[in-house]
Amino acid sequence: MTVEPTTAPRPARRRAPAGWAYAAPTALIVLVLFIAPLVLVVFMSLNKWPLLGAAKLNFPANYTKIPGDPLFLDSVLFTLKYTVIITILLSAVALGLALLVQDRRRGVGFFRAAFFLPGAVGFAAAGLVFYGMLNNDFGPFGFLGVNWIGSPNMALTSTIILVLWRFAGFNMLILLTGLQAIPVEVYEAARADGANRWQIFRRITLPLLRPTIALMLILSITGSLLAFDQFFIFTNGGPDNSTVSMVMVVYRNAFFRFDLGGAAALSMVLLVVLVALNAVQMRILRGATTK
Amino acid sequence: MLKKLPALAVAALLATSLAACGGGAEETPATSQEPAAAGPTTVTMWTRAATQAQSERLVKAYNASHKNQVKMTVIPTDNYQPRIAAAAGAKQLPDIFASDVVFVPNYTSQGLFADISDRIAALPFKDSLAPSHMTLGTYEGRQYTLPHTLDLSVWFWNKDLYEKAGLDPEKGPASLKEFAEQATTVQEKLGADGKVHGTFFGGNCGGCYVFTFWPSVWAAGGEVMNADGTESAVGSSPMTDVFSIYRGLYENKVSGPTTKEEQGPTWTGFFPKGEIGVMPMPSTTLGSMPAEMKIGVAPIAGPDGGESTFVGGDSVGISSTSTNVDAAWEFLSWSVSDEAQVEVMAKNKDVLARVDLANNKYSAEDPRVVLINSLVGKGRTPYALKFGETFNDPQGPWLRLAREAVFGDVAKVAELNETINQSLTQ
Repeated sequence: MTVEPTTAPRPARRRAPAGWAYAAPTALIVLVLFIAPLVLVVFMSLNKWPLLGAAKLNFPANYTKIPGDPLFLDSVLFTLKYTVIITILLSAVALGLALLVQDRRRGVGFFRAAFFLPGAVGFAAAGLVFYGMLNNDFGPFGFLGVNWIGSPNMALTSTIILVLWRFAGFNMLILLTGLQAIPVEVYEAARADGANRWQIFRRITLPLLRPTIALMLILSITGSLLAFDQFFIFTNGGPDNSTVSMVMVVYRNAFFRFDLGGAAALSMVLLVVLVALNAVQMRILRGATTK
Repeated sequence: MLKKLPALAVAALLATSLAACGGGAEETPATSQEPAAAGPTTVTMWTRAATQAQSERLVKAYNASHKNQVKMTVIPTDNYQPRIAAAAGAKQLPDIFASDVVFVPNYTSQGLFADISDRIAALPFKDSLAPSHMTLGTYEGRQYTLPHTLDLSVWFWNKDLYEKAGLDPEKGPASLKEFAEQATTVQEKLGADGKVHGTFFGGNCGGCYVFTFWPSVWAAGGEVMNADGTESAVGSSPMTDVFSIYRGLYENKVSGPTTKEEQGPTWTGFFPKGEIGVMPMPSTTLGSMPAEMKIGVAPIAGPDGGESTFVGGDSVGISSTSTNVDAAWEFLSWSVSDEAQVEVMAKNKDVLARVDLANNKYSAEDPRVVLINSLVGKGRTPYALKFGETFNDPQGPWLRLAREAVFGDVAKVAELNETINQSLTQ
């Protein structure tokens, strides 16, 4: 993006072929790794798709049976609930951490690294670590007598702690880049005008951070709607199917029930919802940057 | 940097396409090796972690004594079904794969196994192969699998704890009610410090419930399903009687506090530590128990007596996409031969895949092994096409029902039985 203004303006007709050439490799990768699988999923969702052998067209059966799947309907509500909770908490914690470590002073590097470090742990590994840590039989927190994954609310709470631990540092990093892009002069001017810390935060930091916050929200919401690892590994959807996310239902239909067509149809529904949500968010993001 | 990007992307693309070619190239020689005379063949095999020890022993002994070699891959038990499904969809199944015997009807109906009826018919001991495994491997009159490992559910009791609790260490439970009484005694006498518990079971694990609770139903003369596996009977007696006994054990804190959350991976881990008085266990774990531990083995009984077992374990077959059928069969047929069964399986206290070899030179050394082998004929392996998604899957309807029956609202059980029927017939 920063390259554009520095390149010398050239006639449009000369630019076109070069542009295509530059775009071609990326386009090819997108075509092979995204468009082709997408077309295949659309096609699968129209068919009864066996593990081996020929597919048979059965449209619209894979779609019409979706409303009759109580597990999926419950998972939609649960995933939305989880997304709202985690997005709010994650934003708050990440912003707090970013504000703590934004100024250059002694030892700040240590804290930045410490906050970011959990992000370097594989998510599946993190799920297993928490499963062990919060196990009352052999985990270190057994003495507290808290049943970490025993009830639906505790299972969700424990999962949220896991996700906060794993992702707060990464989101902090995103916000930190936004914070450091705010010119020091603006703060100095505000201070010269006699603004206190709270006023500076409300009137300077937050408004100038809006595009970055919007970016973080998009990443967080998309990621949460596609939640899988944390529930698959840590709670296994339990107790009593209280933590089953939408992607887990897709996975179950494809790989436990071998209903590949039905799973593809669910994926399509999920894709449409995600595209719609992202479109809305992009509008808000654009609004934020132009202001 | 920006200028280098396209070149990098092309390089990456080339790398991926080359890798793809590599994958293809690996397969081509396999086809050309089909005639056995073309030299030693390496066949690939998958098995699940739960029965890894047995499979590994067989493969090791085979590789040491044969020109052809078996290359085995062990897959985590909970991931086995998804891995098979993904591999089948991509036509990447190994030459041989073992499967939890209860999933076999589904796999055969999906066409994942090659028809080996004629090869089985030529085996001199074909009528002695473990009967329930053979039944589940038969689909529309054709046979697709051989028994690979047998894993029976039995009651283990800890003789040292029994003695300390004032129970007769040589007398295990003969009914589920006695089981509950003995477990309660151990809990009352030894459970004060919270380390030792009367009993334990996998309370958040569908497969564990099936494996450990159903034999009590069969021992009481009851059924859990109709023969076709399309209609469930777990919403009524004797299943509900069995549930209520275990419910009492949990309510009275005779069963450890993590019973309700146990998802399966660690349910057999507490007994070998000497922390449990009496509990249902898989027979395959007998060989790996601590040597100094004194363990009694009893058949699983119904509330008032009788005896039965869940004949679980693995069946093994040749995948329908394999190009090494002859070499694969060489291993399969050897694995059920006298040599492999006695010198590999029986030597390690494992249950045999053939009933005619139940009395062999090793089994006589340990009366517990004789008892377990004798249960093969009395036990059952339930048949249902939709077994996995109904009973094993944590999101399936059975786990919901069992948990309501043991920990939750018993009144919901009859209604939840309907959801099992739906799952079995959809």
